Amino acid sequence: MKSSKFTFYLLLVPVLLWLVLLIVLPHIDLFISSFQFENDDGDMVFSFNNYLAFFEDKIYWLTFVKTALYSIAVTILGFVITFPVAFYLTKVVARKFSIFMTLLLLIPLWVGELVTIYGWMILLSDTGVINNFLISIGIIETPIQMLYTNFSLTIGLVYMSMLFMIIPIMSALDSLDDSMIEAACDLGATKWTIFTKIIIPYAMPGIASGGIIVFMLVIGDYIAPNILGGKSSLWFTEQIYNQFLSTFNWNEGASFGFLLLLLSSLIIFIALKLTGQKLDRVGR
Amino acid sequence: MIRSLPNSRRYKIVYRTYIALFYLFLIMPIAAISVLAFNDSDFISLPWLGATFDWFFADTNDRVGLFFDEGLISSIFVSLKTGFIVALLSTIVGTMAALLFEEEKFRFKGFLYFLALSPLVIPGVILGISILLSSTYAGNYMEDNFGLDLEFLRPSFWLVVFGQFSFGATYVMLLVSARLKKFDRTLEEAALSLRASRLEAIWYITIPFLKPAMIGAFVVAFLISFSNFNTTIFLVGSDPTLPVDLYSRIKFSSTPVLNAVSFLIVAFITVFAVLNLVMKKKG
Repeated sequence: MKSSKFTFYLLLVPVLLWLVLLIVLPHIDLFISSFQFENDDGDMVFSFNNYLAFFEDKIYWLTFVKTALYSIAVTILGFVITFPVAFYLTKVVARKFSIFMTLLLLIPLWVGELVTIYGWMILLSDTGVINNFLISIGIIETPIQMLYTNFSLTIGLVYMSMLFMIIPIMSALDSLDDSMIEAACDLGATKWTIFTKIIIPYAMPGIASGGIIVFMLVIGDYIAPNILGGKSSLWFTEQIYNQFLSTFNWNEGASFGFLLLLLSSLIIFIALKLTGQKLDRVGR
Repeated sequence: MIRSLPNSRRYKIVYRTYIALFYLFLIMPIAAISVLAFNDSDFISLPWLGATFDWFFADTNDRVGLFFDEGLISSIFVSLKTGFIVALLSTIVGTMAALLFEEEKFRFKGFLYFLALSPLVIPGVILGISILLSSTYAGNYMEDNFGLDLEFLRPSFWLVVFGQFSFGATYVMLLVSARLKKFDRTLEEAALSLRASRLEAIWYITIPFLKPAMIGAFVVAFLISFSNFNTTIFLVGSDPTLPVDLYSRIKFSSTPVLNAVSFLIVAFITVFAVLNLVMKKKG
């Protein structure tokens, strides 16, 4: 038994070091420094000023609310776009094609967000591929401004996050027995009934974990809003970056970070409650 | 609706068109980069001015190709090194976490498991700033009280490694746990009853069983590290990783060499994915 105790601690200690030093302590420090404020004498004192600044300056909380609502909208849009694809790949297309088509999905995912968002920048710019194409086939005469608008922001956010939605939904649908759909069809159910009464409920765990991961990626994203979004499409993470990397007001940045963490945890908590899922199923 | 059921012609056509459009949307940015990497122009986008390998191999005053751009080569090297160390650390600790949560019983297990999963729902920005804050506090504390100037507590190569490891280990843990759930525990019990110690049983029985999942997890952790930007940007020191370098070039000085680097990444990933497919078909 003694050696078994030894093994237990051998496993426990590195895991504890990871969780305490890199997860717990940093977040405690984030919480504490969000209440630190430099007073007129240059001393750090406890204060609510960082949070007051957030509520007093309109641009901060407007960006905050916009980011939250936009992230929810992008998550729903991502679901609507990818669900038919997930269903097609698991249930409709012949199996020999589905392996290849699934692999094709993984390539943009592995290539990474920065490269694909840069690709969209090339596609959408005024001298870009799409404008050139539209001019050459005669639909438009002068380039349309697509880059640095809410349109390009939405495309970027959907593109970088949608594959994280598709994969959990596919793994949920994979185990759905075809005979359930066949039986419903034999009994005269319409496509809509089959879709809402069988397919959606069955895929719910996948939809919930995909939705949560997508929401978290979108609300915490910086690259797509910063490269594709314009001045009118500020993202809350950009405010955090500015506080840390431009104005060096780390305490203000910490309070923004803490608010973002609070907001994303709250929305994820509500989503888990609404769909009846648990956190330990996310990421399966 | 599904393979075994008949469908109307119109339904089939509409569905297939939708899937084709989706794949067009998916491939467009990657295709654009790959083609424009060979454009004989000084601007990143159109018009097409003929094909050239300049953005890979040129070394003139006007054009510096990818392989002669010292800054880029160095950031690629930094990213490879970071990715390798992060993947190694994440695989070791992530596997330990999987063994701990799947096989051991102890107090506060549920709470610790929740913490281990939390990087999945914490935005990367938050992990970046909070690790930056606490390492700066710790660094100042060490300097004020012991006169020690510890480099790894300031933005540097090692701080990036720790930051990426903090969520890399979570992904490894999930991937290894999934395989561990299929493990026949009686094999381990048999080893124990034959007087192997618990550690020996894990080392000789469980680890070999987990090996395929551990290799897969290593690759995933490497790829996550190699493309990470959101956490890295706060922790990076004087040597940028490739995404940090690319980002500042996109923002401030974009030349088609960016297309060339992006093409190289795409080509590497595609070859890797095809190899993966071939291996799976054989195995």
